[in-house]
Amino acid sequence: MKNIISANGLKKIYHRGSEDVHAVDGINFDAAPGQMTAIIGPSGSGKTTLLNILGCLDNPSEGTLSVGGEEIFGGKNELSEKKLTGIRRRNFGYIFQKFYLIPTLTVLENIMLPSAFYRNCEVCKTPKEVLKQLGIENRAGHFPAELSGGEMQRVAIARALINSPKILLADEPTGNLDSKRADEIKEILRSLASGGITVIMVTHNLDLAKAADRIVEIRDGKIV
Amino acid sequence: MNIYSVAYKNLLRKKTRTALTAAGIALSAWVLATLLGFNRGYENGLNRDIDNMGFQVLLTAKGCPYEAATLMLKGGTGLRYMLEDVVKTVTSNPEVEGVTRMLMQGVFDPNKGENGAIAAYLGVDAQTYPKMKGYLEFKQGGWFTDNNAYEAVMGYEAAELEQREIGDKLLIPGLNTEIKVVGVLKRSGTQDDGTIFLPISAVQKIFSKQGKLTGLGIKVKKGADMDAFENRLYDLPDVQVVSMAQVKSTIMSLVTSAKVIVFAIAFIAVIIAMAGVVNTILMSVMERYGEIGILKSMGAMPMDIFRMIWAETAILCSIGGMAGIALSLATARAAEAAVRHFLPYTPNGDMIALDFNIAAGAFGLIVVGGLLSGIYPAWRAAHVRPLEAIRSEGE
Repeated sequence: MKNIISANGLKKIYHRGSEDVHAVDGINFDAAPGQMTAIIGPSGSGKTTLLNILGCLDNPSEGTLSVGGEEIFGGKNELSEKKLTGIRRRNFGYIFQKFYLIPTLTVLENIMLPSAFYRNCEVCKTPKEVLKQLGIENRAGHFPAELSGGEMQRVAIARALINSPKILLADEPTGNLDSKRADEIKEILRSLASGGITVIMVTHNLDLAKAADRIVEIRDGKIV
Repeated sequence: MNIYSVAYKNLLRKKTRTALTAAGIALSAWVLATLLGFNRGYENGLNRDIDNMGFQVLLTAKGCPYEAATLMLKGGTGLRYMLEDVVKTVTSNPEVEGVTRMLMQGVFDPNKGENGAIAAYLGVDAQTYPKMKGYLEFKQGGWFTDNNAYEAVMGYEAAELEQREIGDKLLIPGLNTEIKVVGVLKRSGTQDDGTIFLPISAVQKIFSKQGKLTGLGIKVKKGADMDAFENRLYDLPDVQVVSMAQVKSTIMSLVTSAKVIVFAIAFIAVIIAMAGVVNTILMSVMERYGEIGILKSMGAMPMDIFRMIWAETAILCSIGGMAGIALSLATARAAEAAVRHFLPYTPNGDMIALDFNIAAGAFGLIVVGGLLSGIYPAWRAAHVRPLEAIRSEGE
């Protein structure tokens, strides 16, 4: 199967004074549609930096990245924020350890938030559809403060799914949850991958990592 | 769900802060609208007072105060007199349509006000004065029967203050002279409202000023050469020529100077509001740094974020601006009363003329000022780099 995302020789070098820090050091990475990948490694190993580059939140210092056959990074010039935003709109959904829900918006409104920025989104799902998919239909009118941690993460996932992303990137999606809620999120991510969405997640949770189709371990910016 | 509803709900997160900022904007809008209304009302009032004098040129003795307000300010002193012969000289000019003789006198009335005050009497010609002041209407009674009668016509406010009706007696303090009130004028919105009119010959007799005048009102024929006429009057000895056009122009130039101060205060009010808006919105952007980063990671373009933050500014300014305008409309009469209390002379009529144009203008200025001040916070938010924002939130 053709890879939905493909990276070659990715490098990210930060300049800290006179010192060069190689946060990502020549990584090759591929993921097929519907594949669930867990990126693990110790703190500071470069896993989140890699996730950010894969998700077009950051430019690599070197290397190439293509998403859905479209070459995103490859030249020396960095892409503008506007171009990166366009790419993110078309391809990605993001979930984070902190849920980043807007406290004054209801669950339904939080889920619909991305659509406030899209004009004529043909691929966007209906909020009802994602609410049902995540099992939170009965919470549509509630505010984030009225939800449990697991429910908040479900809302964040629903929000990430509204624009029908091809790839879902998750940075420590269970970091703020107890083991029971973490299991629920694991099942949801697993079922999304089964539904054809490529899931790439960074996690310290080995139980969650084991649910992935493959585990990529990073140390010192390199895949080991 | 659109950017504007998100912006509105964002403002509800910190209700107290939003309310305080809106209150600051409202106060600025109130100051702005009230000052603009005052500026217009005062200018209109002065114009009206001058236009309603009924004559275009006033002749007075050199150095003589020529209207009641100045007489009051001078404590009833400083009156100078012209001889009545001047009437003949003036009426011999072809430009003159008519003249009216006036003799103003002031006496200290210990019973007036808390500490006593000057009571002013204007002696006018019963035949000519009413013709020139055609706009004066009577609430009760009418003009004096003749120029020698010991009778008075009271302006609306003078009658209210003295609590007199027709038939009542009026005592001139210190002179033990009683005069009978024969008429009370309706409110005219001019200085005449506060004036007590007496027949000119009676005033000359009561105050022992026979053959003397303090003023001669001159009505000029339409199309007459005013400059040539005024130049001839300037040649008359010991008189000063007060052209109403000149008075108007002098007062208006003073008003223009006052306007600069008024507009400076209004400008400061807008600047204060703008500073409050910048502070509030920028603080709000900083607090939501990570969240803005998330919105951008979800596909919000820089312009979307700019519009959202700018919309917050616009909503805040609109609410504050509307509240301020409503406040200025509600307090216009109280503000007017305060201004009248503190200013030694104020024209009659509405002194704070708040109309739709002024309200809309003040609202527009506040909103435009707010939008300008919202540019920087919106620009800052629009240029948040999602990764940095998310990373900083995680630290």
